Amino acid sequence: MAAASGLVRRPLRQVSGLLRRRFHRTAPAALQVTVRDAINQGMDEELERDEKVFLLGEEVAQYDGAYKVSRGLWKKYGDKRIIDTPISEMGFAGIAVGAAMAGLRPICEFMTFNFSMQAIDQVINSAAKTYYMSGGCQSVPIVFRGPNGASAGVAAQHSQCFAAWYGHCPGLKVVSPWNSEDAKGLIKSAIRDNNPVVVLENELMYGVPFEFPEAAQSKDFLIPIGKAKIERQGTHVTVVAHSRPVGHCLEAAAVLSKEGIECEVINMRTIRPMDIETIEASVIKTNHLVTVEGGWPQFGIGAEICARIMEGPAFNYLDAPAVRVTGADVPMPYAKILEDNSIPQVKDIIFAIKKTLNI
Amino acid sequence: MRKMLAAVSRVLSGAAQKPASRVLVASRNFANDATFEIKKCDLHRLEEGPPVTTVLTREDGLKYYRMMQTVRRMELKADQLYKQKIIRGFCHLCDGQEACCVGLEAGINPTDHLITAYRAHGFTFTRGLSVREILTELTGRRGGCAKGKGGSMHMYAKNFYGGNGIVGAQVPLGAGIALACKYNGKDEVCLTLYGDGAANQGQIFEAYNMAALWKLPCIFICENNRYGMGTSVERAAASTDYYKRGDFIPGLRVDGMDVLCVREATRFAAAYCRSGKGPILMELQTYRYHGHSMSDPGVSYRTREEIQEVRSKSDPIMLLKDRMVNSNLASVEELKEIDVEVRKEIEDAAQFATADPEPPLEELGHHIYCSEPPFEVRGANQWIKFKSVS
Repeated sequence: MAAASGLVRRPLRQVSGLLRRRFHRTAPAALQVTVRDAINQGMDEELERDEKVFLLGEEVAQYDGAYKVSRGLWKKYGDKRIIDTPISEMGFAGIAVGAAMAGLRPICEFMTFNFSMQAIDQVINSAAKTYYMSGGCQSVPIVFRGPNGASAGVAAQHSQCFAAWYGHCPGLKVVSPWNSEDAKGLIKSAIRDNNPVVVLENELMYGVPFEFPEAAQSKDFLIPIGKAKIERQGTHVTVVAHSRPVGHCLEAAAVLSKEGIECEVINMRTIRPMDIETIEASVIKTNHLVTVEGGWPQFGIGAEICARIMEGPAFNYLDAPAVRVTGADVPMPYAKILEDNSIPQVKDIIFAIKKTLNI
Repeated sequence: MRKMLAAVSRVLSGAAQKPASRVLVASRNFANDATFEIKKCDLHRLEEGPPVTTVLTREDGLKYYRMMQTVRRMELKADQLYKQKIIRGFCHLCDGQEACCVGLEAGINPTDHLITAYRAHGFTFTRGLSVREILTELTGRRGGCAKGKGGSMHMYAKNFYGGNGIVGAQVPLGAGIALACKYNGKDEVCLTLYGDGAANQGQIFEAYNMAALWKLPCIFICENNRYGMGTSVERAAASTDYYKRGDFIPGLRVDGMDVLCVREATRFAAAYCRSGKGPILMELQTYRYHGHSMSDPGVSYRTREEIQEVRSKSDPIMLLKDRMVNSNLASVEELKEIDVEVRKEIEDAAQFATADPEPPLEELGHHIYCSEPPFEVRGANQWIKFKSVS
């Protein structure tokens, strides 16, 4: 009653100001955006910003995207900017690269990166190597994007992780977003980059909502390619991951925190060029390293990180050999129990961390 | 001895009299132009084809002659340099096919686009690079058009997208360039070349499909020189009617040894594409004198007689020369002068290409990325680092 009479006694101007202030304070802080919507937003903003940007791939237009990532874009931009292709990966990837050579800025979607294997010659030989081979005459400003790695129950031919394959090649940039902020910032940076960029998304993350900070809501929000992010500060062990496993690492860290083990969790964000400096600085601090990835162990991301740590200043600070947590060294099986045990689970990460800490 | 010296000085002073004889030649009455009959093209899904007669002006004739002769001599010089081991690796020569690159260029505008495979030196020249830049790239020196980083198969110029090493991959690229032409709405077309060997690549059919579906202004051009490396067309293709292989795409089969026939067919095809009707296919029937590459003598899968027959009956430079001389568009002496000038140009370029230093080792890491601040690139071991600048 007193509050109400207080409101009545105030002049109208002040009351509406009060209401305005309260409105601004609450809305942005609680904004939850799924990874799918973040990618959608990022592409939408870049399509709007630069006429030369266009999207092509299977089902991207009238179907709204096989995983609905490009929902609404065809309705907004039409046939010229959002192009449905026939099932011809090698053909349309080559067409996209050619369009980039001629000055457009294509986003070439692979329905999953498994299908990119059909087109991998265009990605590597026509896109990645061209700026170098031409002595700087011919640039290829193209983005290849799509879901990468394991999904759920899709078996061997649809579950491969290509981070190591693409990360191997000079001339390419390769990014691997984990959350919504990553997804939006990295796709925007990729589109604005004048080089071929491979964006490895994750189908299981598409529907996951994350808090979207205010900065990420800006149309000029970019995440620099080549810079990792420390998601959680820690002192006992450095845990490095990319894509969905970052979430598992944070879960493992939460469990271990209760036991007094503080993990520093690093979200790589970029596979190539790799931000080894952030990992090194962390290992120098914690003296222990665990890498986590969804892909196969041999010649993988963790293998590269371990090799580089050995070559750099951080080696002398290791109190134990670095440890890798990876997908099982098998083609992905179908049965749920087999599939669950073919990818790194939280318990596997915890086990590896305790092993390296000798606990 | 004195007599010999006198004879030598007479010859030398005779050479100095050249300007005078050139004046004599120029004042002779040449025709301004002449009309020639050209072979009718075989047509696929087309009611009408290119015209069967064409007018050649004296100016154009001299230009085409000079260009073809330049390509010819440049390729022969490359052969020489390769045998001297000054050029290494891959070297695919196009002597014999000069009417294709010169005729195609004559049928389009500099603002149109062109992409081809690895037998690319001729196109690199007709698209605007100098013989010097080309030979210096072949010798792998810093003055090369790709700064020595690319070599024979990776030379680029304005509206020329190479030079591509993977057989067939350039065809979807060309369709993509055509997509950009349509996207930009500037009435430009893209000439997308491939050989008879590449014509069996699956990705070419994917490109045909999308180009036709989206009506891309793409002229698919099959340069059929009868052999894909060592395999004759009969042994590689169930159908050797390459101009029909586009199925739903209209096609024409063109005499690729006649620069005027190629020019008219190209004009026809370009007009078709520019009118928005979609892609069209041209098969140019041509021939290469050299083997597939410098490591192939080119006589194990074809006879010397065959090569000699083409040389004596269908050589593109000889065909143009005979036409021009017989129609009084030029004199034999005039064309010989052009030969001398071309030889000199090639010789100068070759000397430069041989003398120019290799790119500095410090540049090994350059041009990995475009528009990037400098960063470090790893060398053969972790202590060797190269700076990478865009």
